[in-house]
Amino acid sequence: MKVLVPVKRVLDFNLKVRVKPDGSGVDLSNLKMSINPFCEIAVEEAVRMKEGGGGHAKDAAKEVVAVSIGPEQAQETIRNALAIGADRGILVRVDGEVEPLGVAKLLKAVVDAEKPDLVILGKQAIDDDNNATGQMLAALLDWPQATFASKIVLQDGKATVTREVDGGLQTLDVELPAIITTDLRLNEPRYASLPNIMKAKKKPIDVKTPSDLGVDVTPRLQVMKTAEPPKRQAGVKVKSAAELVGKLKEAGVL
Amino acid sequence: MAVLVIAEHDNASLKDATNKVVTAAKAIGGDVDVLVAGANASAAAQAAAKIDGVRKVLHADSPALAKQLAEAMEALIAPLMANYDAVLFPATTTGKNAAPRVAAKLDVMQVSNIIGVEGPDTFVRPIYAGNALITVKDPQPKKVITVQPTAFKAAAEGGNASIETIAAPDGPFKSAFVSEEMAKSDRPELTAAKRVVSGGRALGSNEEFHRVLDPLADKLGAAVGASRAAVDAGYAPNDYQVGQTGKVVAPELYVAIGISGAIQHLAGMKDSKVIVAINKDEEAPIFQVADYGLVQDYKTAVPELMEELTKAGV
Repeated sequence: MKVLVPVKRVLDFNLKVRVKPDGSGVDLSNLKMSINPFCEIAVEEAVRMKEGGGGHAKDAAKEVVAVSIGPEQAQETIRNALAIGADRGILVRVDGEVEPLGVAKLLKAVVDAEKPDLVILGKQAIDDDNNATGQMLAALLDWPQATFASKIVLQDGKATVTREVDGGLQTLDVELPAIITTDLRLNEPRYASLPNIMKAKKKPIDVKTPSDLGVDVTPRLQVMKTAEPPKRQAGVKVKSAAELVGKLKEAGVL
Repeated sequence: MAVLVIAEHDNASLKDATNKVVTAAKAIGGDVDVLVAGANASAAAQAAAKIDGVRKVLHADSPALAKQLAEAMEALIAPLMANYDAVLFPATTTGKNAAPRVAAKLDVMQVSNIIGVEGPDTFVRPIYAGNALITVKDPQPKKVITVQPTAFKAAAEGGNASIETIAAPDGPFKSAFVSEEMAKSDRPELTAAKRVVSGGRALGSNEEFHRVLDPLADKLGAAVGASRAAVDAGYAPNDYQVGQTGKVVAPELYVAIGISGAIQHLAGMKDSKVIVAINKDEEAPIFQVADYGLVQDYKTAVPELMEELTKAGV
């Protein structure tokens, strides 16, 4: 089985987001960029399918291909996936924003060329928080989808996927080829070892452009303005539970 | 202009999120219809017909729609869009699963998780876990939108819309429902609760989490939530998680116990009407958003709070 894992380069999740004073966007200059955490979980799961781990048989996946859509520096994100254990990378080089619809179209072109049996990707990117790319790719390919996965069992040409849904867990069977998107509890990604980081530098990355793939990625939506959310004012400190209950009564919430 | 709202329901009953999305649809303008897609979901369709301002309810009923899986929802909704300018899904796990699939089928970029409507084609949505808000103009002739239900008031009852039965998609579909394991609780559902009591890592264990929070939640008639740190540590199940990667709640009263207030948690609860924080660490960031802060160890503060609530007749 061949597994394709799309990965996105985003602002490191530990860093504070600053809106540019002129409202034209979020200031990313000179800030550390990292692999989107949900994408990292996807890479880890795919590599476990290859190595045999997390309940998967060894060699359940024969090859793991990491693909990123982004600027030249997204090669670092791909190297990150290669250091976890992906075999090779594909960069579709685009400068500037690409919406999930554009990303899904580029990924469809990559899927048409690579013919993977499974595409596993993060449920959302922590920058634009769209939670859309996986589902869109599934629609464009007419493949089944299992989003928000917390457990994946592969057998007999299908995947049995446990999903995190409002109010509990839901289990689906999806025929392969399929799209799976990852939720937080699917696995805990490893720290790449130094030898594996060195090995990753020698793994091949193929670079393409949207025009190579025949895809128009012009954004459909126009961002008019970016603003700080309204700040909530800190209230008062109370000295005791009794005073707290008094205040809550005054506020009319008891 | 006609807007289609996809109902949130469990076949037996309609969820309040539907009424909230109807409010967003009315703000966009035009005729508002509601689609109830389910299996034996007549009761939900009848409830939808009673929402004020709804023109018509479309009711598609089939075993294939019992769990509203994405493939079947796409097959049902995409063709309906010949009659609508916009379709609005609640940003619940069901809505978030299906909406992008419909959007891509229509070659439309979706506007995700809107919290405000500024005009028929202009919306406000959070990015970076709510640390920034963008105003987005959607010039596409067909719009696919997911709506953050907590950001809108529920449309009241009082309507009397007609119910039109429509054909359900045939299938077969390449995904199949196997089973589900829903948390059983007599408490209100987290995202719909008027009061929420949440615990953090300070609780220290699963046993302690429930020993401390459950009685307080029961006393207040509140739902129980948790920070991601508490969930990651195994003190609470994932569906308790409030925050960027969990649920967004906006109750009248939010009580945070032993929660430090990481940005990702604040993103999920900062729109609550009144926030109470109980934490022994005076410097905890949660106090910067709390209306009432009590700097005290939860071990003494919660029992005292229980006692004071009893005295106050709660």
